[in-house]
Amino acid sequence: MRHLLSTADLTREQAVRILDVAEDMADVATREVKKLPTLRGRTVVNLFFEDSTRTRISFEAAAKRLSADVINFSAKGSSVSKGESLKDTAQTLAAIGADGVVIRHSASGAPAVLAANAWIDAPVVNAGDGTHEHPTQALLDAFTIRRRLHGAGARGRSLDGVRVVIVGDILHSRVARSNVWLLATLGAEVRLVAPATLLPLGVRDWPVEVDLHLDDALTTNPDVVMMLRIQGERMRDAFFPSAREYAREYGLDEERLGRLRADTMVMHPGPMNRGLEISAAAADSARSVVLDQVANGVSIRMAVLYLLLSGAEEGIA
Amino acid sequence: MTARTVLQNADITRALTRIAHEILEANRGASDLVLLGIPTRGVHLARRLGAVLARLDDAPVPVGALDVTMYRDDLSRNPTRAPHPTEIPDGGIDGRTVVLVDDVLYSGRTIRAALDALSDLGRPRVVRLAVLVDRGHRELPIRADFVGKNLPSASSERIFVRLDETDGSDEVTIES
Repeated sequence: MRHLLSTADLTREQAVRILDVAEDMADVATREVKKLPTLRGRTVVNLFFEDSTRTRISFEAAAKRLSADVINFSAKGSSVSKGESLKDTAQTLAAIGADGVVIRHSASGAPAVLAANAWIDAPVVNAGDGTHEHPTQALLDAFTIRRRLHGAGARGRSLDGVRVVIVGDILHSRVARSNVWLLATLGAEVRLVAPATLLPLGVRDWPVEVDLHLDDALTTNPDVVMMLRIQGERMRDAFFPSAREYAREYGLDEERLGRLRADTMVMHPGPMNRGLEISAAAADSARSVVLDQVANGVSIRMAVLYLLLSGAEEGIA
Repeated sequence: MTARTVLQNADITRALTRIAHEILEANRGASDLVLLGIPTRGVHLARRLGAVLARLDDAPVPVGALDVTMYRDDLSRNPTRAPHPTEIPDGGIDGRTVVLVDDVLYSGRTIRAALDALSDLGRPRVVRLAVLVDRGHRELPIRADFVGKNLPSASSERIFVRLDETDGSDEVTIES
């Protein structure tokens, strides 16, 4: 595989391989010199057509730890705001000599378009496209779960039998989609929780169970509870009556937190709306692995950049 | 293709025992020694060497693994390689005598990568190199301090080191 566009493309072996390489990358962060010379002389372009702080910084840190040169491109203040097309932008990057492109775009499928065309001959990493996918987020979530469960013995293992509950705006969430495909591939049992207005039409065909009420899902003894961000703009579109009602029905408040096992992980892809989908008590509790997720994001992105950019062919085998 | 066995199980054991003695002689004992094997077979050889040293000197010698994948100079010429874990024993390598252990010394490029990897992990007092087989054809100014067997070979020949831990038997063969 030359590009990372969707977690649905990954076989179980490939997914485990990425997680294993990320384990080796994580070790680098504990050393005196937190840098590897592996991608010296390679240029990675962060092509961000949509605002993002943590994903862009995470990819930038990952590329720099592998000694790659990083060019950050954000649509604001670029020729894109003057109407330049994706094709022209890509050809410009090719002319500059980009060896890898990390792209975030508000249109679902933009990374796939970039990968499928001959505008630029470089591996493409999807850093979030519309409501489609955000594969590195799902990989870092799986990595975080595996590490918390198995510690130093995590290498080579899948997530067979791990019960994961994903709560929130499934309809618009690329994080949820990428997680569903990846977690199913790795053998986890996924349960989605959302009001009916925030479930996609085809969800019955997904490899998941679906609950309309969070309290029902919490009775299934989950190992992981992943809270999704409620995006402010969705409020105006009346997918649910009010923020307060959403928080009451679907928020992980202190009382619900108390019903979880002591070792159940609480995850959130960030940025968190404290008091809406997740209470401060849950976000700051010992069950929360939110900061682990951020730290592990760098390791996962190093692994993906290494696998796609370092070799002469094939990328993720 | 013909295969010829050049070292058998007993030869390998003898070579490692001799190397252990040589290390102790050069280092005047086992103090401050750290053995780092280069994956995959170098790690098994390092463990065996560590066991012999511990027996001879009656004190445990720290053994670890040093992966050099990310430091290779041929990454962009080959399909992507999977890295292996690096394990540095407690106590680190700063100020220690590090003995790198590998199965075959050939071009010297792996050892060049290992030296770079080592300098990112700390600053050993001395770095030595122990190999089971030295087959010549160096491409860099690197030599081994401790050699199990010098095996002059043509570059067209292939040398295979098989170890019990990975391959179910102990032997070194040369195929041409």
